[in-house]
Parts: sequence; C-alpha cells; structure tokens
Amino acid sequence: MILSGSSVRARYPGAEHAALDGVSCEVAAGRLLAVVGPNGSGKSTLLRALLGLMDLESGDVTLKGRPIGRWPRAAIATVLGVVSQREDVLFPLRVEDTVMMARYARLGPLAAAGAADRAAVRDALERCDAWPLRDRRTDTLSGGEWQRVRLARALAQEPEALLLDEPTVALDVRHEMEVFELVRELADGGLGGLIVTHHLNLAARYADAMLLLDHGRVVAHGAPEEVLQAGVLSAVFGWPVAVTPWRDGSPQVVPLRPGEATSG
Amino acid sequence: MNARRWVVLLLVAVVALASGLIFGSVPVSFGAVIHGLTSGGGGEAALVRELRLPRVLLAFLVGGALGVSGASLQALVRNPLADPYLVGLSGGAGLGAVLAIALHAGGAWAIPLAAFLGALGAVAIVYRLSVVAGRRLDPHVLLLGGVVVGAFAGSLMSAVITLASASELRSAMLWLLGGFGFASWPAVAVFAAYATIPLGILLANARGLDLLTLGEDNAQYLGADIERLKRRVYLSVAALTGAAVAVSGVIGFVGLVVPHVMRRWGGPLHRALLPAAFLGGGAFLVVADLLARTAFRPVELPVGIVTALIGVPVFAMQLRRTLA
Repeated sequence: MILSGSSVRARYPGAEHAALDGVSCEVAAGRLLAVVGPNGSGKSTLLRALLGLMDLESGDVTLKGRPIGRWPRAAIATVLGVVSQREDVLFPLRVEDTVMMARYARLGPLAAAGAADRAAVRDALERCDAWPLRDRRTDTLSGGEWQRVRLARALAQEPEALLLDEPTVALDVRHEMEVFELVRELADGGLGGLIVTHHLNLAARYADAMLLLDHGRVVAHGAPEEVLQAGVLSAVFGWPVAVTPWRDGSPQVVPLRPGEATSG
Repeated sequence: MNARRWVVLLLVAVVALASGLIFGSVPVSFGAVIHGLTSGGGGEAALVRELRLPRVLLAFLVGGALGVSGASLQALVRNPLADPYLVGLSGGAGLGAVLAIALHAGGAWAIPLAAFLGALGAVAIVYRLSVVAGRRLDPHVLLLGGVVVGAFAGSLMSAVITLASASELRSAMLWLLGGFGFASWPAVAVFAAYATIPLGILLANARGLDLLTLGEDNAQYLGADIERLKRRVYLSVAALTGAAVAVSGVIGFVGLVVPHVMRRWGGPLHRALLPAAFLGGGAFLVVADLLARTAFRPVELPVGIVTALIGVPVFAMQLRRTLA
C-alpha cells in the first residue's frame, strides 16, 4: 500500500459541516482509483487531506505505513507526484526547466542537476509525448500541451503514485483520451494512481475502482459497475440518469432529459 | 543563463564601477584611480580612495541588495509589480529618520539607526497582519498590509515634517529621496557584513523561490515547505531593504525594474536571476548615482529621482513588450 486514508474527517476553518466525514480510500501500486462526485462533494479536499495539507479532526492518512504528518514535504514529493487543477504561468519558463523543478526535492538547495536528473526529465517528457516541446516557453503552449508538460513534471519526480485533480479540464476529446490512456498505461506499469474527475464514463472504463463522494461522505466505493448505479447517481447528482453497458462491459452513464423513461 | 551573458553582465558592472570612480564633480585620470586604489598617496588618489571608492561600493552593494530583494519579493507575492519598498518599509524607515531629524538626535549613526528601527517596526506590524489562521503567511495580505502601513507611516511623517522648522524639513526631504553623499568606509563595512546573511539566505532558497512562482499548492506538491520558506524570504527581504534605507534613504525602482530586465536577460530561474539582479542592481545604482552627482554640478540630485527618471521609462517599455 502506497497511500491510505482511514475514516478521514476534516473541516475548513469556520465551516459548519465537515468537508470530509469518515472517508477511507487506498492508492495501491498498479491500481487506478477514480474519485467522483458532484461539485463541492469533497473530491479535491480528499486529495489535499491525502497529501497531508489538511488538519484532520479524526482518522489518519499514512504514506508507506508512516503517518503523512511525519514526512518532510521534500520526501513526500519523491513518492507522490501531483497534477493540480490549475497553475497560472507567472514568469514563463522553458518547458525543460519547469519539468526540472520536479527534481528539486531530490537535489536540495545547492546541488547542481546531474545526468540522472536530466535523464529523468527527458524520459518523463518522452513518455508524455512532450520532448519536442522542451525548448518552448510555457506561455506559448496550448491547453493540451501544457497539461502533458505538467503530467511530465509529475512523472519526473519518479513517484510511486500519481494524484491527478481533474487533469482533463478544458481538453478536447483527443487530448482527454490521451491523458487517460497514459495514466492507465502508467498504472499498468506499476504506478499507483488516483484521479479526481467529472468523467464518470471514462472513469468507468479506465479505473480499477471508483469512490463516489457526496457532501464529504462516501456513497459508494468499489468496482465501477458497483458504484455506477442509476438510482444512487440520480440521487447524488440531483438529475435522473440511466446506466447502460458499453461493448467492453463497462457501465456508461446517460443523463436523461425530463420526461424520458428511466427503464433503460 | 549562458557564460557569454554572464561575462557581458560582469563587464557592465566593472565598467559602471570604473566610471563611478573616474567621473564626478572633478574628473580624475584613469592613472590616478589606479594609484588611489593601490597606494596611499594624497591629492586625487586620496579623493578616489576616501570619497569615491566607498561611495561607489556602497551604491553597488545597496543596488545589488535592492535588486535581489525585488526579485525575491516578486516571487513571494507572485506579483511582478512588487517593489521591496511596497511592503511598508519605506514609510516606517522614513518616519524613523524624520523623527530623528526633528528631535535633533545627535551622532552620525542616529538617522540610519532610527530609519532601521522604523523599518523593522513597520515590518513587524505588516508581518503580524499577514499571518492568518494562526500560522499561514498570506502574501496578498502582506502586500496590502504593506501599502496601508506604509501610507499610515507616511502620513505621520508628513505631519512631523509640517511641524518641523524649514532647515530640518529640507534635510529630511533630501534624506528621504535617497543619496550616497554620506557614504564612508565604516558604512560600507557595516552594510557589507550585515547584508551577507540575508543575501545568503535568499540565494540558498533560490529553488524554493522557483517553486513559489508556480503557486503555493504546486510548490508544496514539488516538495517546498512553504510556510518556512515564505517567512525566511520575507524577513530576509525586510532586513535587506531596511538596511538599504538606513544607509541611503528611499531609492525606488531599482527593486522593481532590475529583476524584470534580468529575467529577460537570463531567464526567471532564481539561481541565475538572484546573482544577476545583484550585479545589475549594483551597476544600475552606481550609474544613477554618477548621474546624480554630475548632471547639475555642483548641485547634487537625490539619487532616488534619477532611478525614477530612468526606471519608469524602462519599466513602461518592458511592460509594453510583455503585453505585446
């Protein structure tokens, strides 16, 4: 087990309700977990809690068996790679330089980047199909290129698990599929994965397990066909849906128009 | 940044320093400069050694400190328009200095010391305002708090100046606008010894500053201990800028403009940017001081006026090019 949260309860300062209430989940090598749920259901908060960035009211988070709070931040960054929802470019950098920042946690303040660091950067960029972009400035990249570069930066950390917070927001179908394909491929290669996403259908096809959150609580947790139940989803999202299997057997969610029969 | 660009930057700094020694109210020959630097002769050699050299060195060190402070602060508050004087320091320092002048505090070190204490007082208040939710340092509050604390101190300062006599008022105004007319070897030595520590801290945190420019969350994901990092950077910037105010008054635009120019010259990575901003800031302030001394001989302009007259157009051009 790489990362695990157990009965995690956390609250934002001054908030009336807990943002997470008794949530448990696990990120294991070779497995991809998709975290889904409506806006404000606690998906991103769960990610922050798993990264040790929230004070927990109760429950605990352990990274490789040790409480996350006892890990120095730089050490966490050598085990967990994160692609956050957004990142504004303040001072445009060369792509290769921004990916090299993944190595800072290993380099410390003074050491110069060595051959191993440059190799890790190149390997990560190549895996994300972004090596040709290496000399471009980050402010000249398209949305899809920028996401691939940020994914490469997380990979260049040489992590044991990747945590992705809606990595395909604002990407078109091709780029979105490329990200999911790559993440699946990485998981098949032994990396642990957690992906926060609004794409129930892609999650059902790519993830090994799904976690459905609502108001900070776990509504369902298990294989995609266990989690994606029409009745539960309709209640959680507040909109009627039907669930129907795709050719590969994975459950696919179809939101219904008012008046459509829900017998499917 | 490649080697050729470092060499060019070093040459610029050396030429600026040499010009500062050669030109002045009385130009001296290059030979006399060398003589003054290497031997104990009198006349022009003594002028170079006892007056121009400490003045040029102090201007270089202060300019370098302001350049590094500006570059670091801009990363800390994630705002390329931040100037180290914006975080409330200039107001506090000015108030301290003006109070010292109005109260006729004696001794060569009274004004610098009062300015330094005023700057530290302002920094303490701004820091207190910016620590939210128990322990987080919020850079946005830092900037806003700096502006309002600075404005408050500025109002108090104006009140003191209004109530003071005319001659005191003039010396207070001149001091505030900045200058190196009182540069001396002890001032150079004290400033150099003192600035080494905060400069070293900032340089050692150069990679942390790179990460901070990605946003606090992303910086943490890449391994930065951001609360400790932000505290160190802010206190180092405050210590450097406070000392700069103490020895030379309020000299604006060095900390704002130099980091921008150097980012274009050598890129935004702080391991290169901070040393480059030190060299560039030093060279810029030496040249500005040279112009301040010579433009309206024998009257000397406050150097802060010169840095603004050069800095504003340069900044405006940079801004247009960035937006284009």
